[in-house]
Amino acid sequence: MTRQLKYVEAIREAINLCMEVDPNVYVIGEGVPDPKGIFGTTTGLQQKYGAERVLDMPLSEDGMTGMAIGSALTGLRPILTHQRVDFALLSMNQIVNNAAKWHYMFGGQTCVPLVIRMAIGMGWGQGAQHSQSLQAWFAHVPGLKVVMPVTPYDAKGLLISSIEDDNPVIFLEHRWLHNTFGDVPEGIYRVPLGQGRIARRGKDITIAATSYMVLESLRAAETLSEVGIEADVVDIRTLKPFDSAMIAESVQRTGRLLAVDADWKTGSFAGEIITSMVEMVWGSFKCPPRRITLPDSPTPTSAALSRYYYPRAVHIVSAVCEMMQIPKERVSLPHETFGIPLDVPDSSFTGPF
Amino acid sequence: MEAQALQQLYYQMLRIRMVEEKIAELYPGQEIRCPVHLSTGEEAVAVGVCAGLSSEDYVLSNHRSHAHYLAKGGNLRAMFAELYGKVTGCSMGKGGSMHLVDLSAGFLGAVPVVANTIPLAVGAAFTSKQKNQERTIVVFLGEGATEEGAFHESMNFAALHSLPVIFVCENNLYSVYSPLNVRQSKARDNCVIARGYGMESFRDNGNNILAVLELAERAIQKARNGEGPTFVEFSTYRWREHCGPNYDNNLGYRAEHEFLEWKQRCPVISFEQRLRRDGLLSDAEICQIKERIGTEIEDAVAFAKSSPWPDENLLLAHIYAERRIDGVAT
Ligand SMILES: Cc1ncc(C[n+]2csc(CCOP(=O)(O)OP(=O)(O)O)c2C)c(N)n1
Ligand SMILES: [Mg+2]
Repeated sequence: MTRQLKYVEAIREAINLCMEVDPNVYVIGEGVPDPKGIFGTTTGLQQKYGAERVLDMPLSEDGMTGMAIGSALTGLRPILTHQRVDFALLSMNQIVNNAAKWHYMFGGQTCVPLVIRMAIGMGWGQGAQHSQSLQAWFAHVPGLKVVMPVTPYDAKGLLISSIEDDNPVIFLEHRWLHNTFGDVPEGIYRVPLGQGRIARRGKDITIAATSYMVLESLRAAETLSEVGIEADVVDIRTLKPFDSAMIAESVQRTGRLLAVDADWKTGSFAGEIITSMVEMVWGSFKCPPRRITLPDSPTPTSAALSRYYYPRAVHIVSAVCEMMQIPKERVSLPHETFGIPLDVPDSSFTGPF
Repeated sequence: MEAQALQQLYYQMLRIRMVEEKIAELYPGQEIRCPVHLSTGEEAVAVGVCAGLSSEDYVLSNHRSHAHYLAKGGNLRAMFAELYGKVTGCSMGKGGSMHLVDLSAGFLGAVPVVANTIPLAVGAAFTSKQKNQERTIVVFLGEGATEEGAFHESMNFAALHSLPVIFVCENNLYSVYSPLNVRQSKARDNCVIARGYGMESFRDNGNNILAVLELAERAIQKARNGEGPTFVEFSTYRWREHCGPNYDNNLGYRAEHEFLEWKQRCPVISFEQRLRRDGLLSDAEICQIKERIGTEIEDAVAFAKSSPWPDENLLLAHIYAERRIDGVAT
């Protein structure tokens, strides 16, 4: 029988296994050894590996990122964690100017084997400074790899690959995925960076999504299936390197493309997906491609406004109906029918963080 | 000090305490749908510092800002409405607990990214000096924020230009669940660091309102006299969890006895006892004050609950300013 693990347990297991086999791997971040252990992803590690390999850090994201880079240049393999991507913004200079470019700038003589884990928030009034995604920013920078795992299986396999990679890897974990369950094999296995995943097979439309939006896309696909529309759902998994070939193959089968990415519209990775497909398989399109993103606005806190801010399954269903020219009345819209507030993943979430 | 002024300090602290206890009581109802960081146990710093400021002076703050907002005279109805995500909130429901503002009271804003408002305070002080506004700027920061580079860069510039800004550090020993000893060397002393940057610095008991008041007034006087910035550090203690309405000593990151010792030194109760002892406050007066505050809170909560939600069109409003006067969008 396969073993079910929570997403956070899968992350913790990946770190644990890598620390076991490689004494150079260490974990640092605000709250890493505290009782909550970064949403449960680092609990127990300090007890096992000691305070030198698993450590808290001062509130000095900028300097500590530079410190991690310096240690990576000289033989260690740091895993730096942030409880929100928003806090990592203080370290953008180190990430973009140093981590991303060091290998290149010095003609490939040294490298920066660094993983920066960042949680992405959403909902519950997290607001403008606690719920950004910014994957497009990171994907924009040559030298960074960008990973956004959806399933616990991929979280573990991609994290192991990221830790073993000799480049700086930005590892983005959506908070609404942290408590999901899935099959996770024991021991070390790797999911390669640079491969997408077909999350669901279908012939009518390709829905290419990032991170948590893959789950919303799958939810939408179930609903659409009830009226005979079968969606091919592609989980991008790694934005950089980007597996454009997988999406191209899908679009060639379906002739339609909807890119779903919970980041701001302008300059979004959703735009990158569409542009790539227009370049690669233009002749396959039966209708113009579309994207579902956040509107170009900071995150409002009011639950009333988050209804208009966060894209959910209902919006995906609606867009697909328009693209396929199916009357929306024929489809029962998820969430609207169940009355779940759109600022929480499900009714079990009761705040505050 | 006059009896009335002392009573006023007590009233302000008690009001903050009761407001936050109300938030803690209401929060499980899930109508307040945003993270809240309560200052319970730390009220004296906010009240003691703000008592010496006028509404012309500016205060900036961080994630734990309810006390600072209220002590500076921020509107209570607008605060509750903001927590409830209503359009009548101080930020029209766009900010929540972590983004309070009340310009009419001189509360310039609070944001939750640690240390983010420290350089902004220096900038406001720069304006004050450039324009001869004689305005004093106070920024509240946790001891965790002193670990950020922005804190150091800000102090350096403030001292360099002798700006009218006061850095008020609330040292409550923790950043979330991380004690000081995993973040700062034992030998470190923020007062010495501040002096190193070229400004005066003081430290005192942050749970003693009169001690806070005295230091703050000294720093404010200096700022008003054009004698430059001051760093002040007050020791205090957060009673409830870092974020949210509950107590969290069960997590084990701090000792129960440490919490109980600090609770013994409650800034509100200890001051109440003192006023009682000195014959400046009677039981009947305390009852009256509590009743008055209770009524005010009930009114503010009712206002928040009955207020309308922001409309959909507000989502895309305020992304860009249309017209600016003195840096404040109209
Ligand atoms: C740049 C940044 N890093 C981390 C966080 C997460 N965070 C929010 S509040 C907080 C604790 C700050 O501690 P301190 O400054 O001492 O204030 P206190 O909460 O004790 O009042 C942390 C780490 C953040 N908001 N911003
Ligand atoms: Mg603190």
